[in-house]
Amino acid sequence: MSFLSYLINGLSLGSVYAIIALGYTMVYGIAKMLNFAHGDVIMVGGFAIYTLMNSMGVNPIIAVLISVVICTALGMAIEKIAYKPLRKASPLAVLITAIGVSYLLQNLALLIFGSDAKLFSSVVSVPAANIGAISITGETIVTIVACIIIMIVLTLFIKKTKAGQAMLAVSEDKEAAELMGINVNATISLTFAIGSGLAAIAGALLCSAYPALTPYTGSMPGIKAFVAAVFGGIGSIPGAFVGGLLLGIIENLSKAYISSQMADAIVFSVLIIVLLVKPTGILGKKISEKV
Amino acid sequence: MSKQLKSNLITYGIIIAFFAIMQTLVGTGTISSLFKGLLVPICVYTIMAVSLNLTVGILGELSLGHAGFMCVGAFVSAFFSMCMKESGMNSIVRFIIAIILGAIVAAVFGILIGIPVLRLRGDYLAIVTLAFGEIIKNIVNVLYVGKDSSGFHISFTDTASLGLSSDGVVIIKGPQGITGTPNDSTFLIGIIILIITVFIVTNFVTSRSGRAVMAIRDNRIAAESVGINISKYKLMAFAISAGLAGAAGALYAHNLNTLNALPKNFGYNMSIMILVYVVLGGIGSIRGSIIAATILTALPELLRGFSDYRMLIYSIVLIALMLISNSPKAKMFFEKYSIKQLIGTKKAQKEEV
Repeated sequence: MSFLSYLINGLSLGSVYAIIALGYTMVYGIAKMLNFAHGDVIMVGGFAIYTLMNSMGVNPIIAVLISVVICTALGMAIEKIAYKPLRKASPLAVLITAIGVSYLLQNLALLIFGSDAKLFSSVVSVPAANIGAISITGETIVTIVACIIIMIVLTLFIKKTKAGQAMLAVSEDKEAAELMGINVNATISLTFAIGSGLAAIAGALLCSAYPALTPYTGSMPGIKAFVAAVFGGIGSIPGAFVGGLLLGIIENLSKAYISSQMADAIVFSVLIIVLLVKPTGILGKKISEKV
Repeated sequence: MSKQLKSNLITYGIIIAFFAIMQTLVGTGTISSLFKGLLVPICVYTIMAVSLNLTVGILGELSLGHAGFMCVGAFVSAFFSMCMKESGMNSIVRFIIAIILGAIVAAVFGILIGIPVLRLRGDYLAIVTLAFGEIIKNIVNVLYVGKDSSGFHISFTDTASLGLSSDGVVIIKGPQGITGTPNDSTFLIGIIILIITVFIVTNFVTSRSGRAVMAIRDNRIAAESVGINISKYKLMAFAISAGLAGAAGALYAHNLNTLNALPKNFGYNMSIMILVYVVLGGIGSIRGSIIAATILTALPELLRGFSDYRMLIYSIVLIALMLISNSPKAKMFFEKYSIKQLIGTKKAQKEEV
């Protein structure tokens, strides 16, 4: 394979990371918490599509839509049950709860579906395209296009709608936003809903490209997407996009040219280097701590 | 006798009583061989829990890479034992040196990792420690070390590229890890290391440095403004915690014939497992960590049917504990119906005044 095809594969993987990272970065920006369970919502979305398509014979597109609805509901339920009562608790308590939720989802899936990998049939029916000597799979094209569409829609949503502006306000100053008459709880709930819906789409794309589905499918991409969110600057939507794409490219190129076993280590080293050199990430803003 | 000393003595008492009971049971043969095999792992996980409690409970930072330090300690000590196996050194002396070496190297890793990581806070620190744990595991999985007459050879690709001469032996074989580590770990040594661990941690907590660490945990800015050197004390606590995890790793490595870095034993799942012990035992409570780690290590092995649902139950308990301990209503309920209130009414009334 040539350098260009590695690059395109990297872009595809990076697009998935970017979609997941959007969920992380939005939730982090507004609720100031690391939603560890975000990666496992991807896995739930994957299993939802798998069950719908294989056991019920639902059309792939409809299956994806239903899985988006399921994940959105799941995300809102998690927020309501586990995170909302801890709004004023210490960050340590919130983080431990998030880890608990992540484990709960993984082990529920383990009990229901077992630990053996399920073969996920692709939801994409776009044929592969040939440009010169390089063949680009349908999954790659759909993933990259989906990522770009999601970016544009999300940016417009935040800039142009009232709910989007409310999200921006809450992320900047919760108390002030509340005084301005914004329903903070509803806004946080909406953020979780959007993030989890995006996770479902990411799950469909991820499992189409890498068809082995296990209860642990979501956890590693979830952590890497968090790395991408930090890389781009946490809380920043364009940052998640840039960070995700760059991370996907770095991962694929290091798999190709350095060592496939060391790829994860290299990805994590990126996180450490970014946090040491520029803790706010590529596009993040610096916020100083008030006493 | 001060309250602190009394509490520490109770902790030591529990450990020694546990040891005595287990030894008698083993001696009389009333215990199954399955449970006998659990005694060293119980020590390993208890030490891990106590040392993680130093980071989580005393330092107040969530480290998700604790298994990484255990991995370092395990591989360093096993490597040392493998090198010294033929030298005719007394096995106990060799094992003690191996444990100390494992602990020191793990502590050095703790310092190296701590310098960048401890500048971060909260969620970032958690994710970076997780990343470090995974990096350590990844590196060990591609590490090949061999020994021949001209010294050590290190490679990151495969055995062949080590370039060993004919008398050479490969000690660390990448994903296959180290095989043939001498089984030096015994329950007695495990208990001794546990007692030393508890001694180090409780003394650190009550020392001047420990108080400084707790001041940083409670209010970083206030601590900084009274002149406490934040990074120094944080690093100190982190390094001690890492070193003790390294000792636990040495104990772990010498209990197995084959040592390899799998996600199961040194991955982040293990770090979370240890965190579960710490949280269930009570964050900041050394005795709680010991009891929780012991029960939770033994329980799934003794109740086979339970092990399928183990992680599910742990996760629910984890969430429930956090929700209850942070809910004002639950707090009021427990204050009203606490055991102190029900049994020692006089004492409780006195406290109220």
